[in-house]
Amino acid sequence: MVRAVVTASMTTPDSKRVEHHEHQELVDTTPEELAPLYRQMLAIRRLEEASAKAYSAGKIGGFLHLIIGQEAVCVGAIAALEKKDYVVATYREHGHAYAKGVAARPILAELYGKKTGCVKGLGGSMHIFDKATNFLGGYGIVGGHVPIAAGAAFASKYRGDGAVTLCFFGEGASTIGGFTEGLALAALWKLPIVLICENNQYSMGTPVYRSLAVEDVSLRALGHGMARDRFDGDDVVKVKRRIAEAVERARTTGEPTLVEVITYRFRGHSMSDPGLYRTKDEVEEWKRRDPLPRCRQRLLDVGMPEAEIAALEDDVKTEIEDAVKFAEESPAADEYKKYVVKE
Amino acid sequence: MAVISYREALNQAMREEMERDPNVFVMGEEVGHYNGAYKVTQGLLQRFSERRIVDAPIAEMGFAGIGVGAAMVGLRPIIEFMTFNFSLVAIDQIVNNAAKIYQMSGGQYNIPIVFRGPSGPAVQVGSQHSQALESYYAHVPGLKVVMPSTALDAKGLLKSAIRDDNPVVFMEGETLYNTTWEVPESATGDDLIPIGVADIKREGKDITLIAWSKMVWTCLDAAKQLAEEGIECEVVDPRTLRPLDVDTLAASVNKTGRCVIVEVGWPVAGFGAEVAYQMQRHCMDALDAPIERVTSDDVPMPYAKNLEDEVQPQVHDVVAAVKRALYLE
Repeated sequence: MVRAVVTASMTTPDSKRVEHHEHQELVDTTPEELAPLYRQMLAIRRLEEASAKAYSAGKIGGFLHLIIGQEAVCVGAIAALEKKDYVVATYREHGHAYAKGVAARPILAELYGKKTGCVKGLGGSMHIFDKATNFLGGYGIVGGHVPIAAGAAFASKYRGDGAVTLCFFGEGASTIGGFTEGLALAALWKLPIVLICENNQYSMGTPVYRSLAVEDVSLRALGHGMARDRFDGDDVVKVKRRIAEAVERARTTGEPTLVEVITYRFRGHSMSDPGLYRTKDEVEEWKRRDPLPRCRQRLLDVGMPEAEIAALEDDVKTEIEDAVKFAEESPAADEYKKYVVKE
Repeated sequence: MAVISYREALNQAMREEMERDPNVFVMGEEVGHYNGAYKVTQGLLQRFSERRIVDAPIAEMGFAGIGVGAAMVGLRPIIEFMTFNFSLVAIDQIVNNAAKIYQMSGGQYNIPIVFRGPSGPAVQVGSQHSQALESYYAHVPGLKVVMPSTALDAKGLLKSAIRDDNPVVFMEGETLYNTTWEVPESATGDDLIPIGVADIKREGKDITLIAWSKMVWTCLDAAKQLAEEGIECEVVDPRTLRPLDVDTLAASVNKTGRCVIVEVGWPVAGFGAEVAYQMQRHCMDALDAPIERVTSDDVPMPYAKNLEDEVQPQVHDVVAAVKRALYLE
């Protein structure tokens, strides 16, 4: 089951991209499968855009890391899960939370620092948690959450509850100890986990060729005898299928998998980043691979009428407008001493 | 009267709590097949099997984090650090994750975990293996920090720590494992000592000595020597640094009017400085002399035995501090 598929583009020292596969094979799907995935991706994009707007208006503070451009990875991967499964993510996690089932209202209210936020205004953009959907959090220390995800998987194995944990991180996390130790222990103890590297080409402003001696993160699995996979993340159905293989492996055999998905963020690392380390041409080229229009076209191709797609899009617009209104009108956060120590 | 060693007490506490709750497990380096680097987990593998006594490779950040993740979803891990010196490579998991997740999740996920192992200066093992790190952890909201000085406290407090719904940093005295304490006739074998309650280890009227872990023993020796000179010391052991039982400490200082704080850590920003602040804040009217602190010297621990002894607080250092506080020198 171990396979490596290199289809993605790479950034080279002169910022030219190589190995780009223009002709990707289509994965079979149906409107019934694809429409909800498109809806989630679109909702996440609109949520992120609404967040950016609110940030610019000074209504959201601190750091705000947007996932625009990468939506197919979290949506496709989490679509391969059951409700009981766990998700652990980074500080760029609004999309992962939404895909796991957290509503736009509490996510946006959290960004606004409101009492009605997922974590009552105590966490902000980087720390979304939701026990009801087994969303185990967004973490701000790069790589430090990988052992936590391995711990949730350890608990599943200990109890035999059949749950699988997905752990998301960027390629920038692959150089820090938390990633290496989490990977090593997951492999050693055969924990039911899928470690998903969202390789968006840049750890903040540093391209992969300046941070990794070997630019293929999935190769790290080899030294641990772990299954691996590597593919590009433009097609949400493809992501779902490939992650489903790894989830199935974790659920049935307890074996972990390291998966690297090649993707790209269209915006800066955070709202304060103008992205001067990459060319406009590079960004524009990646935008031609935007997973959203690609998915919309595919929906038409598999037979969903334009009118139904438009209705779905209107529905998303209403949902996000409602979330913005909810966040705007919610009461300010008012609690900061209650949740330090559990009595 | 029966006695129990500090090592046996810890072993019994884990054994009893593991019998009581199937969600409790132990993870750490050499805890299973080797029976523990300091033999604290002796025999637990035979009783509970590899599922619950988990030998971990050398990856403190990894297995401390696995403990935190497992605790998030309902298990109650006991993570053993071979010594607390090695907890420094896992401190991100303790400070940024274990201590903060309850708050970061808005109260949705609490972390019932115990990080335990030997701590404090040992004997001739050099600076990296011989240091007191309690001030680091006591600084962090969201953690509880427990430092038992006696076998009886070790057992009752470890049982409480395992049942606590929060992360507990349980720092054992590396040089205390062979010390023994009498088990009272009334003991049921299931006696819990609450976290956050100080204990008066010796009563006295002239001066209060506040100390924890192995410094309690140094203070008891000093108190014995001073008693021969007619000076009656009250030795108060907070047992828990966070939360700190300020009331019991302040009641003693308000009674005696004088206070010496003894710790084996470094002086700068050491926990004793916080205790001194609390005592002047709560006992200003009763204090008859400035509060004295006795600490180790402000140096990394040397190896040579004579120098190692010189660096750490000794009985004569405590005696001298007591006499300063009593204006006898």
